[in-house]
Amino acid sequence: MELILAALVGLLVAAGAYLMMSGYLVRFLFGLVLLSNAANLAIFAAGRLTYAAPPLIPEGALAPGGPVGNALPQALILTAIVIGFGLFAFALALSFRAYNALGTAEMNAMRHAEPVPAPTPTAAAETERPA
Amino acid sequence: MMLAAAILIPMATAVLCLMLRRRAAVARLVSLAGAVALLIASVLLLVTVLQGGPVAAQMGGWPAPFGITLVADLLSAAMVLITGIVAVAVAVYGLADVTRNEERRGHHTLTQALLAGVCGAFLTGDMFNLYVWFEVMLIASFGLLVIGGGKAQIDGAVKYVGLNLIATLAFLTGVGLLYGATGTLNMADLHGIVPGRQDEVAILGAAALLLFAFGAKAAMFPVFFWLPAAYHTPSVTTSALFAALLTKVGVYALLRVFTLVFDAGHPSIQAVLLVGACLTMAVGVLGAAAQNGIRRILSFHIISQIGYMVVGLAIYTPLAIVGGIFYLFHHIVVKANLFLIGGLIARRTGSEDLDRIGGLWAARPWLGVLFLIPALSLAGIPPLSGFWAKLLIVQASLEAELYIVAAVALVVGLLTIFSMSKIWLEAFWKEAPAGTPAATGTVPALGAAATAALLTPALALAAITVVIGLMPGPFFDAAQVAADHLVTPDAYVRAVLGGASP
Repeated sequence: MELILAALVGLLVAAGAYLMMSGYLVRFLFGLVLLSNAANLAIFAAGRLTYAAPPLIPEGALAPGGPVGNALPQALILTAIVIGFGLFAFALALSFRAYNALGTAEMNAMRHAEPVPAPTPTAAAETERPA
Repeated sequence: MMLAAAILIPMATAVLCLMLRRRAAVARLVSLAGAVALLIASVLLLVTVLQGGPVAAQMGGWPAPFGITLVADLLSAAMVLITGIVAVAVAVYGLADVTRNEERRGHHTLTQALLAGVCGAFLTGDMFNLYVWFEVMLIASFGLLVIGGGKAQIDGAVKYVGLNLIATLAFLTGVGLLYGATGTLNMADLHGIVPGRQDEVAILGAAALLLFAFGAKAAMFPVFFWLPAAYHTPSVTTSALFAALLTKVGVYALLRVFTLVFDAGHPSIQAVLLVGACLTMAVGVLGAAAQNGIRRILSFHIISQIGYMVVGLAIYTPLAIVGGIFYLFHHIVVKANLFLIGGLIARRTGSEDLDRIGGLWAARPWLGVLFLIPALSLAGIPPLSGFWAKLLIVQASLEAELYIVAAVALVVGLLTIFSMSKIWLEAFWKEAPAGTPAATGTVPALGAAATAALLTPALALAAITVVIGLMPGPFFDAAQVAADHLVTPDAYVRAVLGGASP
């Protein structure tokens, strides 16, 4: 079972990385979602997959009766999902705003913060010179 | 409850500022008062730690390693103190710099939330909790970046958000793997488990992921691209806050996790750190040479300076770690100040593009002197604070017989002087180019109150730089104690686990 999960995590990371490298904002976001799910699954698998009872403590007792599943990875994943959801919502809104304000979702065309330097006079002269 | 105060004060201030968002004049003062309260709390915390050694508190009454621990050794306490100093400086500067529009969109709330995240990251003793504080800090910084709403800000924010989210996911996966391999996330508890098992694949894998994540947060080579894309776009106040604190939280996390949990002396980790740090120094300073905007030059210099701090950890001798910590403190003060003064230069000349300004030496010689103090300190000219910081790093690398590292550190220092003199020549000595506001005298004048608000924090930070430079003794001793806490964390572990664990 761990092996299947590990392969799935690998697949998700590979697909996420592929999407992220496309240079297109929307695909980058999809890649981010895949990566974030891969991270959560990795934590889940790292907490050991066991056939055990839910970690419930009977009334009046101080410890669970038999062997129980580990609740901590699930708590970590829940926190990570909540944080990841918030960050993704922000990233989505920001991308939409960027598309509206900059008129493109192509990352290489977004050059407002780091403008391409204007060609220097010598470089301009060289391009004008006939070959 | 000094420990929780450093987190609760900025959080409570953030909530107050949110409720007062329609009354900007009040919110501004509340934000300033919150920053001052944070500074006072941090001084008290530092005094406590100096007198009694590391202190710890268990949140929610759960004993470590099951609950979440807040813990302060000297490094944490000093980082919180310097956060308090920067918080007050930018809050005062912001009185005259932040626009009404940015205030209405929540500048003060986000700034205080960012401070809470930074202090939380410095004080937590738990890996997952560190992740949560990183996120608090990150989401607040996203907000601060975009509240100006201009095209450059949105563009810069897209790159900043994208690259930081990748680092965050690496951090999360690393924490998950570490938990899977050890069954605990308490850093003091991990200190008793990890060191003997560093060569296990899961643990070394977790170390690699965390190294990538913290390296990206600290803007190390080759994962620094988010920084120069974004840092020059928001208001000067926000820029200075980011420049002073955000990357330094990454450096702090490296220092903490790779001494307490992992061992930075492990051959694979040390090799990555050393090569990465040297390339960070070199690439940052070369990137700066190609820039023409004041804040863009300074942004690239953050990257190059991060290299010096990480090299202190990478050499991994006691002296080198002392040097790294000394560098960290000195750099926060100097870099925040340079951004603030860069903003002042832009206010006096109408632009921060070096091609469009000039003639400041004739018009405002005192501003020139004020600029020279942090600029020369950044380059490492005696007797300013940067000289001692660089001296420690170079001396440590020579003692460890890492001559290439020492050579890189010295050459990068020279190139830093080149960059600083470029700003100096262009902004101060050159005549203002014809037709620009600086030449025609059409720069909007500043009122007396605004001038005072902009100048006071810059003067205070410059004074700190000079004091550290002239009397490095006490600061060096403090860095030494902080490094001792890192290298032999017995007192730290005892404070967290109560002496029950080996």
